[in-house]
Amino acid sequence: MNIKWDKILLGGDPLLVGSQIAIVLTTVGIIAAITYFKKWKWLWNEWLTTVDHKKIGIMYILSAVLMFFRGGVDGLMMKAQTAVPENTFLDAQHYNEVFTTHGVIMILFMAMPMLMGIINLAMPLQIGARDVAFPQLNALSFWLFFSGAMLFNLSFVVGGSPDAGWTSYFPLAGKEFSPGIGNNYYMVALQIAGIGTLASGINFIVTILKMRTKGMTLMKMPMFTWTVLVTSLIIIIAFPIFTVALLLGMMDRLYGTHFFTVEAGGLDMLWANLFWLWGHPEVYIVVLPAFGIYSDIISTFAKKRLYGYTSMVWAVVLISVLSMLVWVHHFFTMGVGPAVNSVFSITTMLIAVPTGIKMFNWLFTMRKGRIEFTTPMLWSLAFIPTFLIGGVTGVMLAMAAADFQYHNTLFLVAHFHYTLIPGVVYAVFAALYYYWPKMFGYKLSEKIGKWHFWLFNIGFNVTFFPMFFLGLNGAVRRAYTYSAESGFSTLFLISAIGSIILAAGFAALVYNIYWSFRYAERNVGNDPWGNGRTLEWSIGSPAPHYNFATLPEVKTIDAFWYMKKEKKGLGLRKSDLKPIHMPSKSWIPVYMGAAFFVFGFMLVFEWHILSIFGGLAVLAGLVFRSFDYNSGYYVPVEEIIETEKWRGEIK
Amino acid sequence: MSMNTNSSLPIEYQSEQSRLNILGFWIFIGAEIILFATLFAVYGVLKPRTANGPSGADIFVIKDVVVQTLLLLTSSFTAGLVIYEMRRNRLKGLILWAVITLLLGGGFLYMEINEFIHYVHSGATMQTSAFLSSLFVLLGTHGAHVTLGIGWAILLMMQLAKRKITPVTAGKVHIWALYWHFLDVIWIFIFTFVYLAGVL
Ligand code: HEM
Ligand SMILES: [Cu+2]
Repeated sequence: MNIKWDKILLGGDPLLVGSQIAIVLTTVGIIAAITYFKKWKWLWNEWLTTVDHKKIGIMYILSAVLMFFRGGVDGLMMKAQTAVPENTFLDAQHYNEVFTTHGVIMILFMAMPMLMGIINLAMPLQIGARDVAFPQLNALSFWLFFSGAMLFNLSFVVGGSPDAGWTSYFPLAGKEFSPGIGNNYYMVALQIAGIGTLASGINFIVTILKMRTKGMTLMKMPMFTWTVLVTSLIIIIAFPIFTVALLLGMMDRLYGTHFFTVEAGGLDMLWANLFWLWGHPEVYIVVLPAFGIYSDIISTFAKKRLYGYTSMVWAVVLISVLSMLVWVHHFFTMGVGPAVNSVFSITTMLIAVPTGIKMFNWLFTMRKGRIEFTTPMLWSLAFIPTFLIGGVTGVMLAMAAADFQYHNTLFLVAHFHYTLIPGVVYAVFAALYYYWPKMFGYKLSEKIGKWHFWLFNIGFNVTFFPMFFLGLNGAVRRAYTYSAESGFSTLFLISAIGSIILAAGFAALVYNIYWSFRYAERNVGNDPWGNGRTLEWSIGSPAPHYNFATLPEVKTIDAFWYMKKEKKGLGLRKSDLKPIHMPSKSWIPVYMGAAFFVFGFMLVFEWHILSIFGGLAVLAGLVFRSFDYNSGYYVPVEEIIETEKWRGEIK
Repeated sequence: MSMNTNSSLPIEYQSEQSRLNILGFWIFIGAEIILFATLFAVYGVLKPRTANGPSGADIFVIKDVVVQTLLLLTSSFTAGLVIYEMRRNRLKGLILWAVITLLLGGGFLYMEINEFIHYVHSGATMQTSAFLSSLFVLLGTHGAHVTLGIGWAILLMMQLAKRKITPVTAGKVHIWALYWHFLDVIWIFIFTFVYLAGVL
């Protein structure tokens, strides 16, 4: 079945036409500006072709902030629509599209890349490595994510957005009930981004297992690195399942197979099972690195070693195992029977045990510590009580019998926002403030940061707390409106007001980035917080492209803290410096991103012949890569000495 | 990232980057195992759902499948000989066995494509029933892997002809051989759980 040209550009709706014009104008504006300032060469050499893990990290973070904006606008649109009963701002179809793109973008194109960015930036520095194991593959991961994200976002103005929820349940998401192409975008764009994620998982595991500096045994790794290792393992196990689910979903939609259809023997519940076999581990993929970030930040600003390090490691491992044994809790009400429900009810509740251990460890780390209330620490402190609410309501939802009451209500929506926002977004904010000087050589303003913190926190609670009660009163999720007689109006209005405060908090962050870029004090030194414990604080800010002039030797956890205390291993001697081998930049990853974009676009529009050419373009990239024997270059000693000048004279 | 080489190891492990690549590829194979396990699970669930279309017993031609199996198993053996020759630094032997491996793999693919054509002609397409959808996608995914493996080996032969056996090219050949053996293992599962279990 071929999609005709007139189906491509959506017309009619003033909101859409406005966005189309805005997108075209912004694109033209950006291209004109780059040309005017003669920045093309710089952009190409320094960013598009880079394989430096820190720059890749920054590109991830930048894209994720943009995606946060897009997903946030979706959230605000929903809140505006439900602010008053019988509102007509969005119709049912629009509301469907908006909550679908909101959910997908927030989880896959905001939370994931945000964390990928922070991992890229910090993990190799924490283990004393000069890059990841496969730098070019790392760049490929980024470009695949970017290509998937762009393709997915295109759906808003070209061809129509997916509208079957971020869970895309069949048969609703199948051809019979969703004949447009919106849901093709879901199947294809997520596949492209997913390949990149899988590659990242492999890359991080090999990096952590093989590239730790001398003396850093597994049990001396910083907690964040531990969580990255375990997260990567979950990625390796969970993402292939999603790959298959998306492939089968695409086959159903594009080639008329019967995996999830209601006729010819298809089985719709098969999708639900495959989706959640990936989907539940996925929420731990985003939350575990966040736990790692909190562990490092709390121990830094409490100025104490992390309490119960070993139990923290085991808790993370246990959570990762349990995360794969709970997927049925997403469909207790779909008739698998009381026996199965009970098993999954119990496995779900068990997750609270290791999570509780972690909570107490964080609290004990702070006990008798001399806590410094910096912005990263504020986010970490606020995380504990808010996430607790998310956790407690999670255990409520885990009781299968009770779940029949609140299943598919706004209670659930409030619950998962109470886990995802403190559990991921707060951590990401904390890490942005914490690592900003390591990325750019200056801090974000602490003062504006406090505005950001308070507005966001208050706004978040005002938005989502009422939704618990709305849900308990029977307000279902994914409903675009309600009647005045339902009695929901007051709580919905409060919630909508909260979301405006929340948006103001986000605006404060954006303003902070702008303000600090212009005015913040430069030359913050290698250890801008003064209390750095791990190796990333032993090198200059911003980190030099080769990271470590000489590879450090580690004797304990919190190696840098002890180096400072014992005044050992900090200096640099000229005789120790040797030329450093580094990987060369490459155009292949960005080419692959473009090729996948074209391939994906052809598939979305079901232009089968053209999509063969798209596939060939992808294959061509693989061939180029196979013949690429570039083995990198050496950074000369003089350049190292020049870069390390901030340490004083090097003898 | 370092360029260190260690000549006491087999040639494919001598360069640091090759060692990393090989470990990375093992992890990738782990992911592939999950991928195929999922496809097998899907097949297992959908197998009885033939929707009045043909079942496995109606369409499988075991004689042909046995030939396919022999071709692929032999090719795994000859892929082992590729590595044997490589470690002895014998480029000619390496290429000879690789070409034989590819011919066997090509034969396997030829038979698989014929099998698909035969199914379609007897009215068993992937649109017919859930069972056939899952059969075609499981076999097709394996077949696509074999096709990629053949293309990949051809690229490696071109590189070997130009660069001879070095720690870098040897690392690449070793990884390709891992992949090839892995596809063989998957096929054994397909043979057992799809074909044999289908006709017994
Ligand atoms: C920034 C402020 C946010 C606001 C105002 C917001 C608001 C909402 C609203 C109103 C809904 C739909 C409720 C309904 O079912 O009618 C929703 C759904 C959802 N949100 Fe958010 N949200 C925000 C942030 C986030 C974040 C950070 C994430 C994830 C990291 C997230 C993930 C989701 C998901 C997965 C859904 C379910 C979509 C679906 O039903 O398919 N949200 N959100
Ligand atoms: Cu779950």
